[in-house]
Amino acid sequence: MNSFTNQMTDQLTKLFSNKWLVLAIAIIVPMILSNFGNSGLRALAMAILFVMLALGLNIVVGMAGLLDLGYIAFFALGSYTYALVASPHLIENFEWIAAMFPNGLHASLFLMLPVCALIAGIFGVLLGAPTLKLRGDYLAIVTLGFGEIIRIFMNNMNTPVNITNGPKGMTLIEPPGIGDWHFGMGLDLGFYTIQPLMLFYYLFLILTIVIVYVNYNLAQSRIGRAWVAIREDEIAAKAMGINTRNLKLLAFGMGASFGGVSGALFASLQGFISPESYTLNESIAILAMVVLGGIGHIPGVIFGAIMLAVLPEVLRHGVEPLQMSLFGKVMMEAEILRQLLYGLAMVLVMLYKPKGLWPKPQHEDIVAATPTAGAAVAGGAK
Amino acid sequence: MDIFLQQIVNGVVLGSVYALIALGYTMVYGILQLINFAHGDVLMVGALTGLMAIKAVQSFMPDAPGWLLLISALAAAIPTCVALNVTIERMAYRPLRNAPRLAPLITAIGLSIVIQTVGMIIFGRDPQQVPRLMPAEPFMFPVGEGEVLITATQVLIIAMAVALMACLVILVEKTKLGRAMRATAENPKVAGLMGVDSNRVIVATFAIGAALAAVAGVLVASNYGQAHYSMGFMPGLKAFIAAVLGGIGNIYGAMVGGLVLGLVESLGAGYIGDLTGEVLGSNYQDIFAFVVLIIVLVFKPSGIMGERVADRA
Repeated sequence: MNSFTNQMTDQLTKLFSNKWLVLAIAIIVPMILSNFGNSGLRALAMAILFVMLALGLNIVVGMAGLLDLGYIAFFALGSYTYALVASPHLIENFEWIAAMFPNGLHASLFLMLPVCALIAGIFGVLLGAPTLKLRGDYLAIVTLGFGEIIRIFMNNMNTPVNITNGPKGMTLIEPPGIGDWHFGMGLDLGFYTIQPLMLFYYLFLILTIVIVYVNYNLAQSRIGRAWVAIREDEIAAKAMGINTRNLKLLAFGMGASFGGVSGALFASLQGFISPESYTLNESIAILAMVVLGGIGHIPGVIFGAIMLAVLPEVLRHGVEPLQMSLFGKVMMEAEILRQLLYGLAMVLVMLYKPKGLWPKPQHEDIVAATPTAGAAVAGGAK
Repeated sequence: MDIFLQQIVNGVVLGSVYALIALGYTMVYGILQLINFAHGDVLMVGALTGLMAIKAVQSFMPDAPGWLLLISALAAAIPTCVALNVTIERMAYRPLRNAPRLAPLITAIGLSIVIQTVGMIIFGRDPQQVPRLMPAEPFMFPVGEGEVLITATQVLIIAMAVALMACLVILVEKTKLGRAMRATAENPKVAGLMGVDSNRVIVATFAIGAALAAVAGVLVASNYGQAHYSMGFMPGLKAFIAAVLGGIGNIYGAMVGGLVLGLVESLGAGYIGDLTGEVLGSNYQDIFAFVVLIIVLVFKPSGIMGERVADRA
């Protein structure tokens, strides 16, 4: 099995290491899918949103080696921050806000993205701070708790003053737009009309490319190398003069801010948010994506995120009908099956392929691939 | 009704349950430095297998007395949980014992999800009614102008918790296995050199923790009158916080931490409305444990009774 998966990953690596090819696929796929209705496009937009989330979590878990089990909380913070300033909710509930903004609250998504990133980042730093001197396990518990706390607040902050509208959630959140035009109207290019969902997809794609770029540069920068050093051995990293405190805080903050950005995008895509969308299971799903793809390896994480984001659709359209035809009824709903597979994926990957399905090439492999460098290293070793 | 004393009583009951669960966390952590995230779900399995046993007995004996139901529930729950937890250790944690630290943590959280989902598949999505094991009418104790109510189930919880913890203390302090456990927690390598079979000790630790969780599960289910697949998550999280509060790795710490956390939660829920001018209600009860955790981590990360927490690396 091992050699088979190795071959598979080799092939995959070769195929998808060509970034232009990947980009071309990413641009063309929605155009094809748009001919088959909206559900495929929506799944695709969500998949790319999950890629962003997984990349954000990868900074914390993969690069800095700190387990964050409440990552969805930052996503929730971003969503609610944007929803509050881009929906009629506050105006309906607070007269003084209605008086201040007679035309309604219409904050632009593009202006709000940095704000959401900042707010989520601050919370990330605040959460990480108490656990700095302790073993990473404590961060897992603190974030796990925070994920639940955020949900409790979202659920209950409708009394005595209605801020989050409680379990009913917030509706009529505006799509992104410029001036009078917004995404909901689609974009008419004359020869081709880009549908609203495709606009969202391409917006997410552009942001994902930015995030991937930032991630790559981070990974290869002083900061990224310091994170890896902390992950491998914190005491040794400290001895090498790395400011572990600041760098760990930076990892929390950066990871969280990616979550916040994705959250705002999610709110603008859905137009409706409720605490239901921000459960522990979602945090686990994102973690499963990172783990399955390959902790700390950016292409692997992207691959894992797309696979696990598409999985529910496959289960819904493939496995449920299959069960119908085999047993005459749905034995296991897609949702339950999805949950089970996420859990199993994490356990099995950790046990049998701890570096993920698409692991980072080992340093030795890179050296061996370039003969002259390999010889130089071999010579130097003697 | 005297609110303060009533909340104290409720807090002690809640705290006893937390202490029972926290013991499982703290013993495992003391020896392996591993957070067994699946521990709360072991409690759920205990509660639901206990419930199945109760239903089975009732189908044969429709008017079986409460004590018989309780014993049959425990007799079903304890072996199931012990088997489950030992299997988890054998299959998922042992192969990763020398792996990087993140690996067992991720496995643990994955297992927790798997157990919950399997629990949902077997027992269904909806909460199930648990038959009453103890008489419903509470004992009343007049205190000053009011009175304090204690139900028979609450008395049972406190009594069982105290008895089990006493047994555990005797086991850890007086028996050979207990000495081996303490030695392994102190220094696994040296304990191994002294002839302690660390694998046996670890299996025993998981088994004891699971048995305590099984009892806690049955008690929680009968106290609230219902059981469902995700019932283990919150108590598990809070019990871990109790273990940290008491000083992780220390069994006395887990007992004290559980009790303190139970009291804080219960009093907090009782008075949060008054304290915040009715802005926050008792639906915020769950945030207290979290606040306690942050305070402990910031001011005394070693907990009330713990000695070492800093990274041993």
